[in-house]
Amino acid sequence: MRMTIRGAGVMGLCAAVELAGRGVQVVLQDPAPQAGPHQCSWWAGGMLAPICEGETADESITRLGQRAAAWWAAQGVEITANGTLVLALGRDRAELDRFAKRIASHSPVDAAGIAVLEPLLAGRFDRALHVTPEAHLNPRAALAALRARAAALDVSFTTPGPAEGQVIDCRGLAARDALPDLRGVKGEMLLLRAPGLALHRPVRLLHPRVPIYLVPRGNGVFMLGATMVESAERGRVTVRSMLELLSAAYALHPGFAEAEVLETGTDARPAFPDNRPRLRLRDGVLHLNGLYRHGYLMAPVLAQMAAAFLLDDTRPELMDEDHP
Amino acid sequence: MPVFYGTEVPSRLMLGTALYPSPAVMADAFRRSGAGIATVSLRREAGNGGGQDFWALVAGLGVHLLPNTAGCHTAREAVTTAHMAREVFGTDWIKLEVIGNADTLQPDPFGLLDAARILTDDGFHVFPYMTEDLVLADRLLAAGCEVLMPWAAPIGTGLGLMNPYALRSLRAHFPDVPMVIDAGLGLPSQAAAAMEMGFDAVLLNTAVAHADDPAAMAEAFALALRAGRLAHDAGPMAPRDMAAPSTPLIGKAFL
Repeated sequence: MRMTIRGAGVMGLCAAVELAGRGVQVVLQDPAPQAGPHQCSWWAGGMLAPICEGETADESITRLGQRAAAWWAAQGVEITANGTLVLALGRDRAELDRFAKRIASHSPVDAAGIAVLEPLLAGRFDRALHVTPEAHLNPRAALAALRARAAALDVSFTTPGPAEGQVIDCRGLAARDALPDLRGVKGEMLLLRAPGLALHRPVRLLHPRVPIYLVPRGNGVFMLGATMVESAERGRVTVRSMLELLSAAYALHPGFAEAEVLETGTDARPAFPDNRPRLRLRDGVLHLNGLYRHGYLMAPVLAQMAAAFLLDDTRPELMDEDHP
Repeated sequence: MPVFYGTEVPSRLMLGTALYPSPAVMADAFRRSGAGIATVSLRREAGNGGGQDFWALVAGLGVHLLPNTAGCHTAREAVTTAHMAREVFGTDWIKLEVIGNADTLQPDPFGLLDAARILTDDGFHVFPYMTEDLVLADRLLAAGCEVLMPWAAPIGTGLGLMNPYALRSLRAHFPDVPMVIDAGLGLPSQAAAAMEMGFDAVLLNTAVAHADDPAAMAEAFALALRAGRLAHDAGPMAPRDMAAPSTPLIGKAFL
């Protein structure tokens, strides 16, 4: 059986690996010959944080997202599973209670506990939430690993052209031509190098308007993200956003003042009005889209659901009911 | 129902469009509360026309749109943003915000007055977001504003009506000017109190968007507004120090 996947971002690659692993001959079409900054997936944080995301995300994200870490590990992607540390600065501490109330589970941590988990932050905060089981990965390494895995499963990579067999559209925001209710939510981020600073897990700093997270990427490199702006604009990083992100990082630890700015980046997340990812069959094409903030968390789940739908005729939980 | 610049709106509730878990939840909050006006910001979203999709979602709510100048720190920025808003949303209405303190988001009364003068001269219908100062209100009205939006407390604090005396004073001095309590409300009881004082409407964002169930909270506010306004119109009894039995107690000395 042959199938054509459009789009080699995290969604398309997960679908390719999942389908090829089940014996489908997959053609993966993308205008670019390899992973890179043209893709939304390139700029992701890489947090596998189904519980923390439950602060605002639908219950299905928390429940189904729990599978993601094991799926990535099975593809040979390096996963760090040290949970997430959630913090708030002095007068924003009410945010910590609000966050704790909203998420499914957490362990309260006091100053001594923070010093054990993240010695870098010792003495800077008197309480935090440790959220487990949660993990993180390096998105660029994950994309490379998936491409290698797909190649090993005889997936053929081509530029866009005529399709063979069932078409699976994973083009993200580019699929707006077929999915008019898809919108972009702009995100901006930085990569910093601060060799003297070490964190062992993603740290979230809560704020009523400007929540941020810092994800350690190893070798003193950190991903600092991310803004959420209701705009489909791509490729323009603003001063205001950088001020917000960097001020928050500095408030987390003043040592970040001396960090090197390796990259700034921005792209627009594809999202449906309810911010939930879904499968949608439209004119015979199966769309996997709307991953919003949850690309690396939910792409494996959507890929598994797509395979079950196409190969076993199982109706997936995340199949769009409004657009059968 | 309140009339703003000649337009009667069907509800005393105005809702902001930021901070919701999703646009779908935001739409539910509007539906369940019957809110009549949506405020929408455009400064940060406007880059390269990228905000179109979200603005289309807000327009799809089917309520009056009140664009704002959120994020502007000078009169000049606010005036530019107002012009952009008029072009994007096709309305002369503008909720004028000129922020004087980046931390508390407290309005800058001086920049506000400057911008209000320029914009009313330019044909805008200005809804100024202001502190509860009586003299500032007077100057804004003299500048051509026909609606005032005094704050209850700083944005996002949920502290409620922090200065009831000044708000009562505003209401008493300008009984015919439509006034909207903007910013700082956290609970429906506070909104009901604003109605009992005779204010015409309230504008909420965080109190609804950050509730566990935003749509239910929006409805709770709508009910409170109805109760508060009904109480205002019904004419509350005058409070007094001593208990007043409704039947005379024969044989007791008059108190």
